Amino acid sequence: MISYMLCLVLFSVGLYCILRKRNVIKIIIGIGIMEYAANLFFVLLGYRTHGRSPIYAIDQEIKSMVDPLTQSVVLTGIVLGLSVTLLLVAIAIRIYERYGTFDITKITKLKG
Amino acid sequence: MIEIHLILLFMIAAAVIAVEVKDLLSSIIAVGGVGIGLCMAFLVLKAPDLAIMQLVVEILSLIILIRATIRKDVPFSVSGRWVFNTTSTVIFLAVFLFAAYIALKTVHQFGSPEMRVLRTYLEEAFPLTGSLNIVEAIAINFRAIDTLGEATAIFAAVIGVLAIARKSARRKE
Repeated sequence: MISYMLCLVLFSVGLYCILRKRNVIKIIIGIGIMEYAANLFFVLLGYRTHGRSPIYAIDQEIKSMVDPLTQSVVLTGIVLGLSVTLLLVAIAIRIYERYGTFDITKITKLKG
Repeated sequence: MIEIHLILLFMIAAAVIAVEVKDLLSSIIAVGGVGIGLCMAFLVLKAPDLAIMQLVVEILSLIILIRATIRKDVPFSVSGRWVFNTTSTVIFLAVFLFAAYIALKTVHQFGSPEMRVLRTYLEEAFPLTGSLNIVEAIAINFRAIDTLGEATAIFAAVIGVLAIARKSARRKE
């Protein structure tokens, strides 16, 4: 329970960064922190006390493994998070080229 | 599980530093610290595949973010309704955490997941697929369409980056 709540505190730090900061790069960082917290929450849900990593071995009992399904889902999520960061950074670089700033309150004009 | 708590506290501290520090390069390096903490947490939680993947992705995203901010360090303004905005944000986050605390009581205890779906995967993975690593067996065999969708999404992201950053769009300025 404490681990879950600490993970959600990490999530809300990222959410605070998105809601409150005006720099585009800081917003990208906040999205990254939220993504880390979501991935970690999945893996925390699948953890078993005194469990072993889900790889077969001769002397290993099946009942003592941690949940492989959540790890498999997170494996997809990590790579997708990288592509999201890539796309956001490309947009941020174009915004800097057009407007000369990262401040979202100064990016008000629509230019084609 | 004192070590996972310590790693989580380290990650929260690094995240707060990354959010609050003025310099953008320091902020990006601090978020790299959060990623390395996540890598350690995956190792403690017995997920070595995820730790390897997280390390690679962390280094790549650090390089990409540094490319975006190098020699572009602009100070951003803190004018406007600072007190009102911060107070409303903090109240919203407090409500969020309280609702999450109520909702998490229905989730199973930390360290004892339910075995209903899990047992099938654990018992059938090696006889059906022949893979010793069950995570890879699920990712590539049982959920292969999911992995195909992931590849499609990465491809779409790369096409998006190429469309945004291409030269001919810049020349019209």
